[in-house]
Amino acid sequence: MNTQSLNFAKFTLNSANIILAARSLQKTFGSRQAVRGIDLDIYQGECFGFLGPNGAGKTTTIQMIIGLAEKTAGDLRVFGLSVPQDLVKIKRRIGVVPQNDNLDPDLTVLENLLIYASYYGITAKHIRPRVDELLRFFALDNRRDEIIQHLSGGQRRRLLLARALVHQPELLILDEPTVGLDPQARYLIWQRLRQLQKNGLTMLLTSHYMDEVSRLASRVVIMDQGLIVAQGKPQQMIDDMVGADVFEVICDEREARMLAGVAAACQARAEIMADGIFIYTRNACSRLDSEIRSLPQWLRRPANLEDLFIKLTGRSLRES
Amino acid sequence: MGALRIVMRNARVWKKFMVSSLVGNLGQPLLFLLAFGFGMGQEVHPVAGYSYLQFIAPGLAASAMMYSAAFETTYGSFTRLGTQSTFEGIISTPITTTELAWGEMIWGALKGLLAGGIMLAVMPLFGLWPSLWALALIPVLFVAGIFFAAIGLIMTALARSYEFFNYFISLVITPLFLFSGIFFSLKDMPAAARLVMRLLPLTPVVNLARMLCYGEINGTWLWQIIWLLLITLAAASIAPPLLRHRLIK
Repeated sequence: MNTQSLNFAKFTLNSANIILAARSLQKTFGSRQAVRGIDLDIYQGECFGFLGPNGAGKTTTIQMIIGLAEKTAGDLRVFGLSVPQDLVKIKRRIGVVPQNDNLDPDLTVLENLLIYASYYGITAKHIRPRVDELLRFFALDNRRDEIIQHLSGGQRRRLLLARALVHQPELLILDEPTVGLDPQARYLIWQRLRQLQKNGLTMLLTSHYMDEVSRLASRVVIMDQGLIVAQGKPQQMIDDMVGADVFEVICDEREARMLAGVAAACQARAEIMADGIFIYTRNACSRLDSEIRSLPQWLRRPANLEDLFIKLTGRSLRES
Repeated sequence: MGALRIVMRNARVWKKFMVSSLVGNLGQPLLFLLAFGFGMGQEVHPVAGYSYLQFIAPGLAASAMMYSAAFETTYGSFTRLGTQSTFEGIISTPITTTELAWGEMIWGALKGLLAGGIMLAVMPLFGLWPSLWALALIPVLFVAGIFFAAIGLIMTALARSYEFFNYFISLVITPLFLFSGIFFSLKDMPAAARLVMRLLPLTPVVNLARMLCYGEINGTWLWQIIWLLLITLAAASIAPPLLRHRLIK
């Protein structure tokens, strides 16, 4: 399969190579403050991960970038152009993979791509080589005349990705690109996204799946309740704020308290849960090790982005 | 330009459902023409110098235009707005909400024009031969199509569910169908009722359709056109900002 051939528009950059810059960006819906003044910089060629629980303000921020929501206050510039004044120019250079599948259900795979290209003023004749390339790249080659309703979830997602790339965007925005897909389908999409990244495409990715963000993003911000609560390189942030290893122990309350005491002595952070305890360690501690090993149900694993996420945003459910 | 791309998109989808769409739009006016023109027409005296079949046929063409345009931008546009999120996808591209709204209105008007045109084209089957003046109806039906498509799009921008359109159909479209001078001459109405009915948006279309169909132009044609243009301008300038308000938070 030819995955090397996808090319992207070359473009000139300002000195700092900043693709997107937000300053004190705010959005208010009535009395609810969805985004409460955030600063962001996205650099050329990076995959920027946007994390946060439901209602954190991620989708609202993305909607402001593509003009589906109007900012209440603050400054937002993409490619050095201002939102909302230059929105039409900006949107020519952005590709969007939306959270909701909004493919044209009555049209075929090929027609969806041709119609979408026409919105950018690209004629069917000019887009054909690009479309063929995209269909091959996303393994949709043999489905080109299929009606959307007959596609699997993974195929639809890949078509949404292909559609977002028809006009050779410089920035690709991905809002939950693999939500609801099976592992095989997700893996294929990750592989293709990494390929695009290698080719120099800048990406802005939001996801609930921490493993997805760890795999793809070179830099992340974590949002909660409309604010950015942390940002940096994922592994660095995990090392700094969580630790090296995590023990997940299923046990009763008495055992949990005992382990919490041992953890404190070993300078490890402990979090007592309803049915056990989580212990986040920075250094090996033989006493903690042996206490945990004496219990029947436990698990030791490297600290990950999810631990950081939970540490920063808490465990309570965010259901609006 | 953006608006035309929307028209092309809608046309491409429509081509796949052309037959069912045409039957849906034309069934009702054709059946009315049969039942009232042929059936009841035998019992009715000539109206304003026309046989009853002659009298109602041009107005039914105007009503076919109205139904087709208004349905397209209510049920059709609402599906693209809500269920399919098509509009969201479109305005994520360089297409603006104004271009999108005009695309929807022009598309609705074209469907209206097609439905009205087919009604006129089948008149010979009923023994009615339109005059050459009937060609002048093409721009009239198109402009009126823009009006009804704009009204429909306004309803779509305000609607929370498909049920909302029941009000629109029952309280706006059906009364217009019945009281715009398709089935009886407004001349014989009491003065107050006559004034109200003359101001209804379908009335000038019905009057112009009858005049142009039979080539009997009377002195009111200019006023009818001015009135139609005025209300079309008004409706078509309200719809785009309302759609924008609905789509952009």
